[in-house]
Amino acid sequence: MSSLIAWIIRAIPFGTIIMYGAMGETVTEKSGNLNLGVPGIMYLGGFAGFASAFFYENNVANPNAFVCILLTLVSGIIASMLGGLIFSFLTITLRANQNVTGLALTTFGMGVANFFGVFILNGSAYSAAPFANSVYIRKIPVLSNLGAVGQTVFGYGFLAYVAIVLAILLHIFLNKTRVGLNLRAVGENPATADAAGINVTMYKYLPTCIGAGVSGIGGLYYVLDYNSGIWATTGQIEALGWLALALVIFTTWRPLNAIWGAYLFGVLYWLYQFLPSLLGFTVASYVTDLIQMVPYLVTIVVLIVTSLRKKKENQPPANLGLAYFREER
Amino acid sequence: MESAISLKHVTKTFGPVVANKDVSLDIYKGEILSLLGENGSGKTTLLNMIAGIYYPDAGEVLVNGKPVEIRSPKDAFNLGIGMIHQHFKLVDVFTATENIALGLDSKEKFDLKAVRKKAQEICDKYHFEMDFNQKVYSMSVSQKQTLEIIKVLYRGVDILILDEPTAVLTPQETEKLFAVIRNMKADGKSVVIITHKLHEVLEISDRVSILRKGEYIGSVDTKDADESILTEMMVGKKVELNIDRPEPKDTIKRLEVKNLSVVSAEGVEVLHDVNFDAFGGEILGIAGVSGNGQKELLEAIAGLQPVVQGGSVKYYNSDDGKGDAMEVIGKNPRIIRRAGIHMSFVPEDRLGMGLVGSMGMTGNMMLKDYETGKWFLTDRKRPKNLAEQIKDELAVVTPSINTPVSRLSGGNVQKVLVGREIAAAPMVLMTAYAVRGLDINTSYTIYDLLNQQKKKGVAVIYVGEDLDVLLALSDRILVLCGGRVNGIVDARKTNKEEVGLLMTKLRKEGEKSE
Repeated sequence: MSSLIAWIIRAIPFGTIIMYGAMGETVTEKSGNLNLGVPGIMYLGGFAGFASAFFYENNVANPNAFVCILLTLVSGIIASMLGGLIFSFLTITLRANQNVTGLALTTFGMGVANFFGVFILNGSAYSAAPFANSVYIRKIPVLSNLGAVGQTVFGYGFLAYVAIVLAILLHIFLNKTRVGLNLRAVGENPATADAAGINVTMYKYLPTCIGAGVSGIGGLYYVLDYNSGIWATTGQIEALGWLALALVIFTTWRPLNAIWGAYLFGVLYWLYQFLPSLLGFTVASYVTDLIQMVPYLVTIVVLIVTSLRKKKENQPPANLGLAYFREER
Repeated sequence: MESAISLKHVTKTFGPVVANKDVSLDIYKGEILSLLGENGSGKTTLLNMIAGIYYPDAGEVLVNGKPVEIRSPKDAFNLGIGMIHQHFKLVDVFTATENIALGLDSKEKFDLKAVRKKAQEICDKYHFEMDFNQKVYSMSVSQKQTLEIIKVLYRGVDILILDEPTAVLTPQETEKLFAVIRNMKADGKSVVIITHKLHEVLEISDRVSILRKGEYIGSVDTKDADESILTEMMVGKKVELNIDRPEPKDTIKRLEVKNLSVVSAEGVEVLHDVNFDAFGGEILGIAGVSGNGQKELLEAIAGLQPVVQGGSVKYYNSDDGKGDAMEVIGKNPRIIRRAGIHMSFVPEDRLGMGLVGSMGMTGNMMLKDYETGKWFLTDRKRPKNLAEQIKDELAVVTPSINTPVSRLSGGNVQKVLVGREIAAAPMVLMTAYAVRGLDINTSYTIYDLLNQQKKKGVAVIYVGEDLDVLLALSDRILVLCGGRVNGIVDARKTNKEEVGLLMTKLRKEGEKSE
């Protein structure tokens, strides 16, 4: 029982990270932009959030929790939106190839974060922002003490709940609002949207930048909550970024599916540690690597199934990955 | 009559191509106007300028007597102008209602139920049938067109433009559409139909305006018009071209096409029971308004297009014209090519079929020659020599034979394409639109090339757009109309009016020409 609880409270924060990444990318892809720079953007968001927290709590005598949250979130989101802006400018205005640009952005984001990280690390293996971490992991009082349910349902930092609310809001936005309808039209058939008087350029720029901002929160959540407020030069965020991209496919571009899909990915990702102990046996270390592959395998299965069923609603936006140029004849 | 729209001295160019030249045209209130013209006569371009897709280079547009600037489709809607394009502007995964709601005025409340209610009222008024929850991808072409019309009416347009609305419809659906158009006229709206089908013009419209090669020729009231007047206005007087036309000699049968029918992916019959022979040593011209089955015919012969069972294309390879014939249908395109049937099809975007834009001339020669060479290595020498040869003989202007062909001008791209097909020494050479967009000199080079092939005894099939050229170059002309062979005429004896009429008016079953 206890290891089942431990499994869940490991899986849900893990899922939250990729849920942010996937929700942001869903918004981006709905506009027809395939941004493979999600890992890089999560690095940017994570590092900017951490750096601002680090400087804030090291330079202020009595750091305030609210200011800390505001500062880290704003800097994290702005940094990742800048990443989205680079992508937008290259692919929308200059009509560069989206795959190449996205992959370059991943490398770029990692590089920038790790480069500036060197100055904060200052020679040590890692550095920490303990105050920001304490703010981010603050649990819901009273409710989180209610035994197993309290631990598994109410025992997380606030961003885990914001993610669920955001997924629901995104669902409403995409399916029930005029702007959402316009956005989907742009991703499906920009020429039609253009003929209907929708500003295609704006409807690609804004969702791509806002989507990048949302993805960046995932990186921020990883550093300040999941990773206990510790910044170190590792490749962990990158792996999470790719998983977020896989999750977008898994959800068939639906934010509501991202909620359970993300948690499922979390459960599957930690399968290697908890399932054997739950069943009472140990596995060799090479097996764990194989087991960590399961989320990707599940994504492939989903891809195969949706492709076989050929249901139009489950397909990616029809114009995904293509630049739009009105005067193309 | 009061003008709803007046165009005054409108000119539009695309690079060196003049699509519309000094066109002045009026659309009256409450009339059905047909805009008639051959391919490339600038009908769609002209009306696109009213609909806000293009902006004129010169001239002005007046709506209800006032000069206006129409810079986008939205501007057009605000002026009460709506256009239904040949390629529908619909989002496949959206329902009918969502498609109607797309791009509506953002000041209104977003309420799909209200949109649906108002759309239903329009349907009741004009007797449409529409399931508003149906997704567009599951609709038939006719349903999609209806949805487009509802979409435009929803925005309260007074002037409706339809670009070739009947091209994709069955006769029954066409009748329904015409009833709708008459309803709209009764409602006081102006309707403009772009078309090249004479019988439809005469059936539906009040007035006809004719464009030829981008220029406005004139307008006639439909009640004063008949097919021959319209055809003459459409095709114009014969122009002498002085294209060489050697007498065909030693003609032998090379191709025998029998009962060939093709059904498109949308389920429309694009070729119906086509029968003809092609002879070595002659040029068989194929005339027809574009989209009447030319492409499908060539592709069917080249093995690129599945055909309806029962059709047959026999290919006579032996030199006496007897011997065993090879059945082409069902064979793989590569085998057909090897046997000696070659096709060079110049699509509208030129590079789309046949050439790879980012490769040089050598690479493009290799596309059809990659199987030669030793072991798994390809042989680059032969294609390189061939590229050099084509470059010299056809005077292809390119910095080097390795420059990507997409950087060459259109004429040079076509020379590369046609040159490659000819170099393979075919027995049957099919070319489509080989001189599309070329200047006079280059066009004559291509005609010479085709004549050389003819003298060599090759059966040349030439699909063309320009009737003057077809009349001057071909020995016989096969006219396609609505996917049927509407007549095969002797190019030396016929005239432009006859061919023009065959292109636009389907003969009744049993009528004979020749």
